[in-house]
Amino acid sequence: MGQIMEKPAEAGELTEAQAQQGGQYLTFYLQGEMFGLNILPIKEIIEYGKVTSVPMVPEYVRGVINLRGNVVPVIDLPVRFGWASSPPNKRTCIVIVEVESDQERLDIGIVIDSVSEVLDIEAANIGAAPSFGAKIRTDFIAGMGRVGEDFIVLLNVNKVLSVDELSQLGDVPGADLGGEDA
Amino acid sequence: MDLMEQAQETFVTESLDLLIAMEEGLNQLESEPDNEELINSVFRAAHTIKGSAGLFGLDDIVAFTHKVENVLDRVRDGDIAITPPLIAILLECRDHTEALIEDMGGEATDPALLEQSGQLLERLQGVAGGPGGASPAAGAEAAASSPSTWEASVDRQESPPVENDNWHISLKFHPDVFRNGMDPLSFLRYLATLGEIVRVATSLDAMPEAEAMDPESCYLGMEVAFKSDADKQTIMEVFDFIAEDSEVAVLPPYSKLSEYAELIEKLKAQDDSYRIGDLLLQCGALTQPELDKALSYQQAHRSDPEPQPLGEVLVEQRAVHPETVKAALGKQKQIKEVKLKESKSIRVDAGRLDQLINLVGELVIAGAGTNLKAQQLGDADLQESVSLISRLVEEIRDRSLRLRMVQVGDTFNRFNRVVRDVSRELGKSIRLVIEGSETELDKSVVEKIGDPLTHLVRNAIDHGIESAEARRAAGKPEQGMVKLDAYHDSGSIVIEVSDDGGGIDADKVLAKARANGLVPADAQLSRPEILRLILKAGLSTKEAVSNLSGRGVGMDVVTKNVEALRGDIEVESELGRGTSIKVRLPLTLSIIDGFLVGVGSAGYVIPLDSVVECIEHQDVDKVRAHGGRYINLRDEVLPYLNLRELFGERGASTVGRENIVVVRSGNQKAGLVVDELMGEYQTVIKPLSRIFSRLSGISGSTILGSGEVAMILDVSALIKEAEQKTLQLG
Repeated sequence: MGQIMEKPAEAGELTEAQAQQGGQYLTFYLQGEMFGLNILPIKEIIEYGKVTSVPMVPEYVRGVINLRGNVVPVIDLPVRFGWASSPPNKRTCIVIVEVESDQERLDIGIVIDSVSEVLDIEAANIGAAPSFGAKIRTDFIAGMGRVGEDFIVLLNVNKVLSVDELSQLGDVPGADLGGEDA
Repeated sequence: MDLMEQAQETFVTESLDLLIAMEEGLNQLESEPDNEELINSVFRAAHTIKGSAGLFGLDDIVAFTHKVENVLDRVRDGDIAITPPLIAILLECRDHTEALIEDMGGEATDPALLEQSGQLLERLQGVAGGPGGASPAAGAEAAASSPSTWEASVDRQESPPVENDNWHISLKFHPDVFRNGMDPLSFLRYLATLGEIVRVATSLDAMPEAEAMDPESCYLGMEVAFKSDADKQTIMEVFDFIAEDSEVAVLPPYSKLSEYAELIEKLKAQDDSYRIGDLLLQCGALTQPELDKALSYQQAHRSDPEPQPLGEVLVEQRAVHPETVKAALGKQKQIKEVKLKESKSIRVDAGRLDQLINLVGELVIAGAGTNLKAQQLGDADLQESVSLISRLVEEIRDRSLRLRMVQVGDTFNRFNRVVRDVSRELGKSIRLVIEGSETELDKSVVEKIGDPLTHLVRNAIDHGIESAEARRAAGKPEQGMVKLDAYHDSGSIVIEVSDDGGGIDADKVLAKARANGLVPADAQLSRPEILRLILKAGLSTKEAVSNLSGRGVGMDVVTKNVEALRGDIEVESELGRGTSIKVRLPLTLSIIDGFLVGVGSAGYVIPLDSVVECIEHQDVDKVRAHGGRYINLRDEVLPYLNLRELFGERGASTVGRENIVVVRSGNQKAGLVVDELMGEYQTVIKPLSRIFSRLSGISGSTILGSGEVAMILDVSALIKEAEQKTLQLG
């Protein structure tokens, strides 16, 4: 698939209000379900390649990739949502998103099952997140976008990829130091 | 002495730069003999070298360059035409100056060089026509013009000349002279190269009482009687470096009494306690009757209802000393020279440097990839050319990395001041010992480590070092000692702040922590754990809060700053003996030699500095009772960590046998069980994303030749974590 697009992204400061103003959204599939992501913080989409796993980190951190010489962490989105990880297939790709934290911008990759298209969703067609029923944490949802007859979840990238939250490497499976119990 | 050496080093590098400029200028003059700017730049180079050499008392260099400068001055004035033979001899003089500068390390200048100086100057005189020294024409002119203008001035003013055939130089140094790196004495030394210093009267009047005195301030004033046939401009130039702040007045021989009166008034106006009159008598500038007259003249002028308009004074002064104007021009020239000097060392935006280093890092990685491909292809010619490129790339990498590295010494030296100020404030006598100042550190780290170090040093002085009485009672020397040390250890840099003070009372710390609720009352803590508590906020065992420390905030800030650099702090303390705080910093942006190992499907890099040896590990599955993990390494107990298990790699090892890499962190040795040994690997450290900032055990990542990412292990963090886990077992 290669690179679909690459552009200098603006800071990914996307509030709920902004989301509801409408704009262009990249739509993609995760385990059969369609999601939308505002295109402003998206830097590029690359083919899923060799991801090096990082030890002693939460499972939703799939690992790191070499993005033209920069080491970029990759988040396994389904696991972040609390679902099972999807095995990579030939349509799997990594969306590189720029997030801002403490005035610093950093790139984070997210693994998705397949990309769909870029849609214009008008503010009138964006509704508030339901208080339950969306199968993911409510604060991850920026809004619900109406596409045809269906609603898709528009993700709040700053919450999903919150640096503060991601760097809490607390209860980490496998981080137990071998040495006490065999 | 160190400071002096540093300054001399700067002098040498600057002079060598100037000599290069001089050579370029001279070479270019050959084709453009009329280019004034070129002549000026050559002159400036010679002039600046002379001036700086004078500051260091390098008389042989001054004497030589002075003559060269004179010739160049005449060239500049158009007295001597530029001819190829002149350029040739000037180039020789340039080379000789370089030789002289390089020779200055020793006590005295090599006599052979001095002899050469003489010969060269003779030849220079031959080519330039007339003696190379103070040219007779110019000298005579100056000598002739100076008395004549003086006579003219006498005609215009009723004030009589004083009976003094010496120049009079009045110096009142600015308090910051020492801080600006000047030595008042060096000016006198350099002045002596222009003539004879007849008498010096030094004023110590401004010197306050011993308690109030700041040894870094200069309180001196000097009145100098000076015999020379140099012109005023030349004498003024001696003081160019201080002319801006300090009061410098140069009065020619047989100056008018009114000028002395003005001088007296000016200095009096600034500082009434300055007994200028006495000093003038002392150095023989004035006789007692003359002084009296000057004072009455001053009185008369003061009562004068209509003060002399400034413009008129200036015109008069200009009439008397046309050189003053020249001196002003000379100062402008000086400013230009400073600019010229700056252009020799290029200031580069740190961001650009980072970009370059990143690109070089890419190049190294790409090179490694090409190397791999070439080896797979098995083409001997290709392999050879690739290895040549690799070598060059490595060289480029090393050079570009060195651009960012600075010695930690400059940062350390700043603490001399901190220690002195703080210890005086607290009334303690403390000496600072600096070691490892040549240890190199990434510039960005150096910039960020200053504040935490200041905290640590202040803490050491305030909390660490006891009062003089307490020290005496403990049988220690009254003077306390604070030591700053820096060294490389297991791929990281350790900066150590230690003192020989009272040490930390672990019981007191624990009691306080319990009282503050930092530690549950029933918790059992080991000594290292207790000592680590001092790094926490809100804990200070100091009863009295001073304005320096004791609020229990400082160490918290230090810890945060160091952690932001992905560093770590260790506290060691012995009651009554002293405390040592080690700040361990990773080499953030740099390239290290690593040892590549395979664990499961991934490759990991262990910093080569921390690898001691590799051994085969046959009985990895033979775990001791209760899961104890240690082996007998040549009759030494070697605990080990199984990385496969630690990193949560699933499945059994794919390799037949496992290996143990023996690593060292500080004094602690440990084994790391890995699947595969893949050999040494030069590693470009890529910092890990911020989301991994709390991940310990991994210090960074790198990209292998194949394009894959490999993690760099933080050996000391791995060992420490294992130690802590063990402590918690109790």
